[in-house]
Amino acid sequence: MNIQAYFARHAQTLVGSLGRIVNQPFATALTMGVIAVALALPLFLNLFLTNMRTATANWNDAFDLSVYMDKRASAVRVGSLAKQLRQRDDVAAVRVITAEQALAAFRDDSGFGKALDALSDNPLPDTLIVTPALPASTPQGTAALKGAIAAMADVQTVQLDSEWVKRLHAMLDILRRVVLLTGCLLGAGVVLVVGNTIRLDILNRRAEIEVMKLVGASDGFARRPFLYSGIWYGLGGGLIALLLVAVAVAVLAKPVDGLAKLYGSQFHLQGLRFTTAFDVLALAVILAWFGSWLAATRHIRGIEPT
Amino acid sequence: MIRFDQVHKRYPTGREALAGVSFKIDDGELVFLTGHSGAGKSSILKLIALIERPTRGQVFINSQNTAAVKPRGIPQFRRNLGVVFQDHKLLHDRPVADNVALPLIIAGVPRREIDKRVRAALDQVGLLGKEKNRPLELSTGEQQRVGIARAVVAKPTLLIADEPTGNLDPQLALEVMKLFKRFNEVGVTVVIATHDVHLIEQFGARRIVLGDGRVTDAGVPTSAQPQ
Repeated sequence: MNIQAYFARHAQTLVGSLGRIVNQPFATALTMGVIAVALALPLFLNLFLTNMRTATANWNDAFDLSVYMDKRASAVRVGSLAKQLRQRDDVAAVRVITAEQALAAFRDDSGFGKALDALSDNPLPDTLIVTPALPASTPQGTAALKGAIAAMADVQTVQLDSEWVKRLHAMLDILRRVVLLTGCLLGAGVVLVVGNTIRLDILNRRAEIEVMKLVGASDGFARRPFLYSGIWYGLGGGLIALLLVAVAVAVLAKPVDGLAKLYGSQFHLQGLRFTTAFDVLALAVILAWFGSWLAATRHIRGIEPT
Repeated sequence: MIRFDQVHKRYPTGREALAGVSFKIDDGELVFLTGHSGAGKSSILKLIALIERPTRGQVFINSQNTAAVKPRGIPQFRRNLGVVFQDHKLLHDRPVADNVALPLIIAGVPRREIDKRVRAALDQVGLLGKEKNRPLELSTGEQQRVGIARAVVAKPTLLIADEPTGNLDPQLALEVMKLFKRFNEVGVTVVIATHDVHLIEQFGARRIVLGDGRVTDAGVPTSAQPQ
């Protein structure tokens, strides 16, 4: 057999298998739909995580310390402490938020106005927001500063604002692993779904496979159209998955922009990159091909003319 | 050349289809396998096509012991063999031309040559012009001729047929038999299993008669006949 005939034959099988699955639109849509959902879910979660990382990436440096004063400390004492802190080398700026300011801000933002009126006195302490100087903005530097301030008189607690970011990142790391595991499971799901579809397809075309074997077809020849069907399922499912994710991103982009603006951020929701989309398609095709290969190899071997 | 040497065939169900069958068919012969149904005609054809394997004894096809053909070698083996079935075994989802082309596609023959040879095969069975029809649009006799065209398109040296006239009226049956005779005349070895004794009496061909899994009359090979 010459090379040209070989490729012509493959091209013919490729087109033939496409024609066959197009002729069964409902069954094909069902299979591709399952593949699409299985791929879109981890893809979307991964996109969400990537965006979370981008959004929080520059939160790591230059964190402020919130210094909560003892309630008994006088306004004069608070002022002098602020002055004392401003003189330190490792402090860039100190902002004083009095208990009254804090309560007013809380009243405005929280919507608990009426309820707060019921309180006889202000439960909030005076607060100093301390911005470390740039050289001290290392984890060790801020930790040392935190320790020093906590030891000062009339200071109730010192809270480092980066701690929740660390927790967030730790959670994102766990989530990333969860997404990875989910992705593996759903990928196995794609293999099984395509395998099962191909298995049913083979059983339906048993007579045809018998005839082919009778006139001299090898298992490989009889298997080929089913492998191409698998490739089409993967390609179709992958494209639908990308479409689903694109729609989800489009729906979310506006509210996310709005939210970012509230935080004074220029953050924009990042959609799928072209290379990622290509990877997803390639992965979908490989998984579906593998599923059809498993089913076709196993079941075509079992069909012999009688 | 086909040679059966003390061949036994017992199916998993326990039925003994062949009980020590021996005969020899020369190259270029036309042979009818006859006998009542269940006498072992189909089993012999299945052993020739390697659909079944003998339980005991040996089958030689073209001087090759079929026991030496491994499962991987079966497809290649069958490409030298044309098989015609009583129920045609055509693929109904594709046109006549594609059905006939199947053995050539499997063998990797280039497309242009396939078209040429398919037309030639259809011409030989008198179905030129029906290439684009679906098998079910044709009469039973025409479907059988499509099956024959498919069996001969790859130019096998051996053609076997299992009750090829079973579903045909006498007139059509005779035409189909004449078709086999024509292929035999150009040198193809033809083995036809049939119980239609009236039909084969019209042909002066050799008969191998089977009864209860044994050869009751092996006839005389062409090579041994007095000229």
